[in-house]
Amino acid sequence: MTRPTAQFINIGERTNVAGSAKFKKLIFEEKYDEAVAIARQQVEGGAQIIDINFDDAMLDAETAMPKFLKLIAAEPDIARVPVMIDSSKWHVIEAGLKCVQGKAVVNSISLKEGEEPFLAQARRVMRYGAAVVVMAFDEKGQADTVERKFNICKRSYELLTGIGFPPEDIIFDPNIFAVATGIEEHNNYGVDFIEAVKLIKAHLPYAKVSGGVSNVSFSFRGNDPVREAMHSVFLYHAVRAGMDMGIVNAGQLAVYADIPAELRERVEDVILNRRPDATERLLDIAGDYKGDGVKAQKADLSWREAPVAKRLEYALVKGISDYIEEDTEAARQEAAAPIQVIEGPLMDGMNVVGDLFGSGQMFLPQVVKSARVMKQAVAYLQPYIEAEKQAGSKAKGRIVMATVKGDVHDIGKNIVGVVLQCNNFEVIDLGVMVPWADILKAANDSDADMIGLSGLITPSLDEMCTVAAEMERAGMKIPLLIGGATTSRVHTAVKIEPNYSGPLVHVLDASRAVGVASTLMSVDLKAPFVAKTAAEYEDIRVKRAAAPKADRLVTLDAARANKATPDFEGFTPVRPAFTGVKVFDDYPLEDLVERIDWTPFFRTWELAGNYPAILDDKVVGESARSLFADAQAMLKQVIAEKWLTAKGVVGFWPAAADGDDIVLYTGDNREEELSRLYCLRQQVEKRAGRANDCLSDFVAPKGTKPDWVGGFAVTAGHGIEPHLARFKAAHDDYSDIMLKAIADRLAEAFAERLHERVRKEFWAYAPDEALANEDLIKERYQGIRPAPGYPACPDHSAKPELFRLLDATEKAGIVLTESFAMVPTAAVSGYYFAHPEARYFGVGKIGEDQVADYAERRGISLDEAKRFLRPNLAD
Amino acid sequence: MTDKAKLLEKIASERILILDGAMGTMIQRHGLTEADYRGKEYADWPSDLKGNNDLLSITKPEVIEGIHAAFFEAGADIIETNTFNSTAVSLADYGMSALARDFNLASARLARKVADEFTAKTPDKPRFVAGAIGPMNKTLSLSPDVNNPGYRDVEFDDVAAAYKEQVEALIDGGVDIILIETIFDTLNAKAAIFATEEVFEERAIRLPIILSCTVTDRSGRNLSGQTIEAFWYSVRHAKPFAVGLNCAFGAELLRPYAVALNRVANTRVSIYPNAGLPNELGEYDETPAMTAEQLEGWAKEGLFNIVGGCCGTTPDHIRAIANAVKAYGPRKIPALEPEMRLSGLDPLTIIGQSAA
Repeated sequence: MTRPTAQFINIGERTNVAGSAKFKKLIFEEKYDEAVAIARQQVEGGAQIIDINFDDAMLDAETAMPKFLKLIAAEPDIARVPVMIDSSKWHVIEAGLKCVQGKAVVNSISLKEGEEPFLAQARRVMRYGAAVVVMAFDEKGQADTVERKFNICKRSYELLTGIGFPPEDIIFDPNIFAVATGIEEHNNYGVDFIEAVKLIKAHLPYAKVSGGVSNVSFSFRGNDPVREAMHSVFLYHAVRAGMDMGIVNAGQLAVYADIPAELRERVEDVILNRRPDATERLLDIAGDYKGDGVKAQKADLSWREAPVAKRLEYALVKGISDYIEEDTEAARQEAAAPIQVIEGPLMDGMNVVGDLFGSGQMFLPQVVKSARVMKQAVAYLQPYIEAEKQAGSKAKGRIVMATVKGDVHDIGKNIVGVVLQCNNFEVIDLGVMVPWADILKAANDSDADMIGLSGLITPSLDEMCTVAAEMERAGMKIPLLIGGATTSRVHTAVKIEPNYSGPLVHVLDASRAVGVASTLMSVDLKAPFVAKTAAEYEDIRVKRAAAPKADRLVTLDAARANKATPDFEGFTPVRPAFTGVKVFDDYPLEDLVERIDWTPFFRTWELAGNYPAILDDKVVGESARSLFADAQAMLKQVIAEKWLTAKGVVGFWPAAADGDDIVLYTGDNREEELSRLYCLRQQVEKRAGRANDCLSDFVAPKGTKPDWVGGFAVTAGHGIEPHLARFKAAHDDYSDIMLKAIADRLAEAFAERLHERVRKEFWAYAPDEALANEDLIKERYQGIRPAPGYPACPDHSAKPELFRLLDATEKAGIVLTESFAMVPTAAVSGYYFAHPEARYFGVGKIGEDQVADYAERRGISLDEAKRFLRPNLAD
Repeated sequence: MTDKAKLLEKIASERILILDGAMGTMIQRHGLTEADYRGKEYADWPSDLKGNNDLLSITKPEVIEGIHAAFFEAGADIIETNTFNSTAVSLADYGMSALARDFNLASARLARKVADEFTAKTPDKPRFVAGAIGPMNKTLSLSPDVNNPGYRDVEFDDVAAAYKEQVEALIDGGVDIILIETIFDTLNAKAAIFATEEVFEERAIRLPIILSCTVTDRSGRNLSGQTIEAFWYSVRHAKPFAVGLNCAFGAELLRPYAVALNRVANTRVSIYPNAGLPNELGEYDETPAMTAEQLEGWAKEGLFNIVGGCCGTTPDHIRAIANAVKAYGPRKIPALEPEMRLSGLDPLTIIGQSAA
């Protein structure tokens, strides 16, 4: 491969005041929260160690270092990786070492001040239990030639091992210096480093080598394309020489093979010092690559001159469909038969895409774009293939996929389908709400190699068990793959596995799907993989069976005795502006755009990170920016051409808490009951001072003060179908998924905007609220809008009653499936609570006593109650 | 290395060593009163002292002596000093920080005396004293204030200084081993190691160190969030005589973590579980036979070199365990490839690039 392999360790460089202007600014402004977020982004972006440095003349690093390290110690998603404590001042390093429980790396010590301080510091490092970076620096200065570099490292190594320092805990940094500076003596710096790496690895057993990669390209500041190419070429050679890790901005790393040939050759001449005029020759062309995308335009033209197979590969990797029919036609004319175009250049191109995706060099949105190009090429060839009546080529495997009965969510399933198709799997997609009988029939009829089930809402978990049980009954033996947001390895192992004796695998996300499916098709790998997975699931089951109840539950009576007690003395509920319902038949989409929370949008595409920081993320930033630009373009079109219609309904009713129920009344005299909301109470044993919450706790109890509760149902999905059909017909999964994701975002934004108007206008309990969008996303407002099926009220089966109260099907055109999923899919429904102390919480596990009580209150059978509440039942 | 350390290593190479059981459980059985805790020495102490178990080495030495003797009778090779909380930091709860040295000295001398008596009785079975160093009631990795995650109510230097005082007094009192136990915050343990190394360096001696981690929940992590592998990588610079697990669970639930530790520990492994999980009354129900049966299975698999008991285990438990594991040899210490092994909350092993 052309980029550092998995073994190469990426050290995050952004939490360094010298390396990141943004980080420096945040530290100077004492915005430590945001500085911590940078650490998180690095880990999420793939940094396996994070380098932390506060060396700046204007900073008190000895204070900042411990402060920052203590803060990130409280963040498990950051603290999971080791830290590199980076300072040129020993006392700063020591202050840092006193704050890390893990085994850290000290960066750095050296022979600069002589042997005595060097060894004294090394002894301290050992006593704190850290590894160490040793700079190739001695009393005479920093090492520049290969001889000096190696000799200083060797001397350091011998001194360190002489005092018992473990050689495997030593990392050498033999100094990466700038090349192509115009000074002749600098020309060999790249080679000197690479050669020094080889000597260190050959002669100093177990020692590792690291370096700050961006130094090498320092003379090309301002020309990122050339700098990126230099980093990539440098690492390509240094890693081969044995470099183990580097302080790298992975987002600024070009793919070695992607560097235009001319540029790569000249960069290589410079890095490897292959000719005396290397610097001049690189300078000659550097200007052509300067700036963003300018050269890309030029490069676009040059790829058109390549042979047709290369053009197809380029189009697939870059997701460019402009020339695809032209190139496919050219390939068809060259080929003996049209099918050979698919089997030859197109599959070759898709294999490149698959490799790049598999090795983390391409991200999901790009892969889906590639698939679009592929499908267009195949569609173009289809008439020719049929005319010649050629048998189709054998796909790698055939998979039947479906969103299970009762569920309508399919974005994730479609993404998995696309990715599998990209990797030469034949995907038979049965769509959404598919009953088990249809799934089994399709699998039998098509002689499928495996079945993939997807679902988003919790009732789908049960339905998956049913499908598995029916597969067992039908004597099927093919692998069953499970995916979707609410599914998990544990659920698959504990609940689904006992129903099916064939191979069963939980697939975490789309990026794992290909690996799993390919392994299951492999003659050699399948059996061990199936056995290993089965053993893992067995282990999960055994451990769970042996586990004491993870959460200690208290009795329902005890939980009720510990109910939340919001202040109703000092709070008088506000009467809403109206009671009954209000309908929004065609809510203006423009009013929703600024309320969109984009972070979940990126998550849909499996790009990790928060908006807007994700746009600058070093790993996925480029991909995220391109995706975001496409989303903005489509959103504009959606609004301008009114592709979607947003409908909603909101209502308020006089209400009072009656135990764990909330009674809704027909009128203000509160005599006649209109309905009851049956709420669930937390039963997990709480720490002193924490209540066992129930939504009814936040409504004034019967016979005290008058109070109200609201409800809403909104959708932004009306009108989506013809557009989806259009995209399907054009083999454009990318736009299909994009539109669904945008509709989802608009529905959420609608819910958010409506809640805001409820607070200020319709219920008007907070008429003066003024919050920025970020505060809204962080839910810093008064009152809550919990949704049935989500943690505070986890029973999806409460939706029909909410819909009846709102007349949501009639007024907003939203229908419920048998599993209580909403159609259109881009929809949100929920309740409104206004009390200032009302908070979101998760009901969590509940006991048998509450299930029985709930069944009794609702007037349903115990079995039915158990079915509705299954995910919350204590096991 | 001291002669005692050499002797300990020799015995450890031949058979499984037996550690004692629960000091707290045994003290509880005596039903001591506030007046018993105070004794003559601290009759006028301004705060309540009941529950300050380490104090009993001074005010009720005969009780502690009796417990040590009972565990030796039961077959223990090593007993732990009654010093779990004897640091200036932990004793602040009773306003007794200034007495930390006295506590350690008294407890260590007491244990030394009993051990020497038993060694004299059965010279072929020499007895050892491990100076017990507990986790403290303040942690370096966790903020006590949920709204201020960067806050700590104690600093590394304070913790290291308190541990140093404890280690010095334990050594002065004659212990053979330094046992840093019930580690739920690895950084506290690192401070204890730091302090111990400092004492060793100043006195130009080395005693064997045993490190024992406590996994606090079923996720397999200690309270400060590390997996057992990450913990080991954080502390292996101490080059301990043994590393292990104690407390938290009974043997049954401890097993997955013991197995995980076995895979990475290139030193001896010590295990001293609780007598099961506490019941609603906070009592431990596992009988000696039950605990012993579990641990016999482990011994058969070669999962440890040192075994004993923690909360809820009595001399009867230790006797049953000692009998049960008698027939099996100690765990073989595996060699570990010398690779760079770093850790955050999770372990990170860096397999070096080979030069092309």
